[in-house]
Amino acid sequence: MKVLVCISHVPDTTSKINFMDKDTKFDTNGVQYVINPHDEYSLTRAMWLKENQGASVTVVNVGNTTTEPTLRKALAIGADDAIRVNAEPIDGFFVAKQLAEVVKNGNFDLIIAGRESIDYNGGMVPGMLATLLDYNFVNACIGFEVAENNISATREIDGGKEVLATSLPAVIAGQKGIVEEKDLRIPNMRGIMTARTKPLSIVEPVAFDNTTATINFEKPEAKGAVKLVNADNLAELVNLLHTEAKVI
Amino acid sequence: MAVLVFAESTEGKFKKTAFEVTSYGKKVAEQLGTNLVVLTINADDTSSLYTYGAEKVLKTSNPSLAIFNAKIYADVIKQAANKENAQVVIIDSSSNGIYLAPIVAVNLNAGLATNVVALPSSTSPFVVKRKSFSNKAFNNSEIKTAVKVIGLAKNSFGLKEQVVSGSEETFSPTLINSGVTSTSIDKTTGKVTIADADIVVSGGRGLKGPENWGMIEELAEVLGAATACSKPVSDLGWRPHGEHVGQTGKPVTSNLYIAIGISGAIQHLAGVNSSKVKLVINTDPEAPFFKAADYGVVGDAFEVVPKFIEKLKEFKAQNS
Repeated sequence: MKVLVCISHVPDTTSKINFMDKDTKFDTNGVQYVINPHDEYSLTRAMWLKENQGASVTVVNVGNTTTEPTLRKALAIGADDAIRVNAEPIDGFFVAKQLAEVVKNGNFDLIIAGRESIDYNGGMVPGMLATLLDYNFVNACIGFEVAENNISATREIDGGKEVLATSLPAVIAGQKGIVEEKDLRIPNMRGIMTARTKPLSIVEPVAFDNTTATINFEKPEAKGAVKLVNADNLAELVNLLHTEAKVI
Repeated sequence: MAVLVFAESTEGKFKKTAFEVTSYGKKVAEQLGTNLVVLTINADDTSSLYTYGAEKVLKTSNPSLAIFNAKIYADVIKQAANKENAQVVIIDSSSNGIYLAPIVAVNLNAGLATNVVALPSSTSPFVVKRKSFSNKAFNNSEIKTAVKVIGLAKNSFGLKEQVVSGSEETFSPTLINSGVTSTSIDKTTGKVTIADADIVVSGGRGLKGPENWGMIEELAEVLGAATACSKPVSDLGWRPHGEHVGQTGKPVTSNLYIAIGISGAIQHLAGVNSSKVKLVINTDPEAPFFKAADYGVVGDAFEVVPKFIEKLKEFKAQNS
């Protein structure tokens, strides 16, 4: 089984979000980048496939040279090799198109990606990739098992969960649950040392016309101060929620 | 030319978001000077859609579509879009909606914007505002393709009544095969889901243990709310994972979010910030959540919540 894990290189959750060039660009100054949290769960799940079912695990990112430390971190966690598609990730469709080329060229039969990236939150790359490849697709996956070519996968639905039966080749959009928090792998010293010499290949992008373009960014309006209600006066709280906030 | 909306239903009944996407679609159709067509799959009675501006309803009834299948549904939407020559296709952000939208976009070779929160600010170029950076920013994006797909964020536009005298047409698409089949669905019945709830009551580690959730459930019941929890609570196994809200859990976009014993870590806020009104009950006046909240009570949840329930019951009794 050849597994490809898609890794987004995203600002750490605690980063200050600022924009520059008249609010047309994300300001990367002082921003720490990490593996997208949903991709981290997916990568750990892929490591289990490697250890228990003999899968090979490749990680891929679409980005410029600044994303390489993030790919090296994924190698340190245990991926066998890495691919960087040398392009600015313009939008989800563009990224899906580039990943589809990587999958075709590498004959990957299982692709695991996070359900969304925590920067642009598009949640579109896995579904687009599967559709471009005509692979089976499970979204918002919270657990799966592969036996021979068959996959049993559980996805989160509103108010519960659904078990799906499918088969390889497939794309799975993972999230927490695909492995638990306590199972998440972090790089150890040996992993970090070996990651330096693991192959990281760079491929050039295929041409693709943009389907969307960012005009600019805005920040939400500054929030007013919290209105504190005395713990002994909860009738007032009920009144505020009813007459002022109009939510009850 | 048309705007096409997919109005999702479960067991024949429309979800609230079906009316929200219809309301939104009607306004987009007006902006473009065209008509709104609403696609339904196995909905019993479609007449309620006329209240929200559906000029034409495509009614699909087929037992093979009884269980949601993303690939097959997406293909049905594509067939409807092609038949109506739709230039904009609008889908909600339910768990099925977010599964469908990217497939539909590729099928129609269309640019996709998800998490859209407002009407297009202009239609030529076609620019929509979408949430990004885990609710810390908005992104105004142009969709450049001839056909555009929009994923509308839940509870961002609301229901806008606009009664029209629409008509219904039977739509019988051909069904493609899918390599994915549903083997079982496990859904809590009789409980409000986090996705559909107007109010969400959420508990954190400040509640000290799973045995103390009775008051959370009681508060939720009084308010007709869904129950939720913070990440540590689900990681500790006090509550099921399906209740975890936050960046790596479920997003909350309710009208009112009540956080009890939750300090408000940035990862938690990222998932709940889209709620319109936030009420925080916490013993620690320095809890970061107070900075993000609209209303706050500094106090011990074990004293405040029962009293709050009591006052709410009195209020409900007076106002019913």
